[in-house]
Amino acid sequence: MDRADLPALALHFALLSLMAIGGVSAILPDMQRYVVEVNRWLSGTQFADIYAIGQAAPGPNMMFVTLLGWQLSGWAGAIVATLAIILPPIMLTLAVTHLHANNPDAPLGRAIRSGLGPIAIGLTLASGCILAQSADQSWRTALLTALTIALMLRTKLNPIWLIAAGAVAGICGIL
Amino acid sequence: MSSSHPPNENDSDSARDPVTPRIGPLELFLAFSQLALSGFGGVLPWAHRTLVERKGWLTQREFVDTLAMGQLLPGPNIGNMAVMIGYRFAGYAGAAAAFAGLVGGPFLIMIAAGILYRNYGALPLVQQALSGMSAVAAGLVLATGLKMTASLKRNWRPWLFLALSLAGVGALRWPLLAVVGGLAPFAIAAAWGEKN
Repeated sequence: MDRADLPALALHFALLSLMAIGGVSAILPDMQRYVVEVNRWLSGTQFADIYAIGQAAPGPNMMFVTLLGWQLSGWAGAIVATLAIILPPIMLTLAVTHLHANNPDAPLGRAIRSGLGPIAIGLTLASGCILAQSADQSWRTALLTALTIALMLRTKLNPIWLIAAGAVAGICGIL
Repeated sequence: MSSSHPPNENDSDSARDPVTPRIGPLELFLAFSQLALSGFGGVLPWAHRTLVERKGWLTQREFVDTLAMGQLLPGPNIGNMAVMIGYRFAGYAGAAAAFAGLVGGPFLIMIAAGILYRNYGALPLVQQALSGMSAVAAGLVLATGLKMTASLKRNWRPWLFLALSLAGVGALRWPLLAVVGGLAPFAIAAAWGEKN
């Protein structure tokens, strides 16, 4: 295991956390770029594994950063990565709760929401593409990704069953 | 807002203050721990079930308003909601308690998962399971993005900014800070111009 540069990681994740409009999946591509491509602390497959395990565990989706930090630098990495991702948005939320709570429909608020919404969606789709690139090594896994998309769009199935089905398909050697 | 304005006809803060239940930090911590640990595959449905249906701490309308605020702010929606709800019932201690409940249990579970991954992640069977799980996880993220496009207006403006951010970050692999920093002012200005 490589020893990650924790102060640099903390600063980078803290900056990213303030861009996570619509959730952590918006900043996933840049986390992957930073950890895998720029610093080579993990391989693309390891990153995709960690994200998948994070999705399978209970709790908010963002908690996969704990696992990411743990994988990079043990307990210290887990604590630093988690705090860097959660603290800046919380501070901002508390500040804005004071200022904004009385008129959430103010024109500027609406313009910001409506302007940033499409960017958040573009970033989320970019995350999906990057994860698929790492995860889909064969036409069978690509088909599994496509099947997941279809089921998610057509049904109200809890995603955990799909992840479990993916694990079973993998173990049975279908992939 | 000037004090001479009448309160909004839909329940404003001052109007619902008398009926706001008193909920302490410990109760908030326990409730959010419970809903976080029930939340396989997403916590939001469990938050709704616990806070609105079972405990009745929030009305339907309050839950939706809090969610909308949480989505506007950066960071995980559910985390922002925990802070806002905790703060409303018990001030800063409540916000801290609700958030600690939300992340405490999952944090320990992730550490346990990390230990397992480090020790057994290289086993062929585990690798096979993970390859299936990560193919599904990629599909889940793509499906979430596609579902969200249903909320977009049918004109060029949102789709242009969606395409630019997808291309910049997904295809060109430019740094997110540069892409969002460059696009956000234009995106907000375009949305503002559309409104007026």
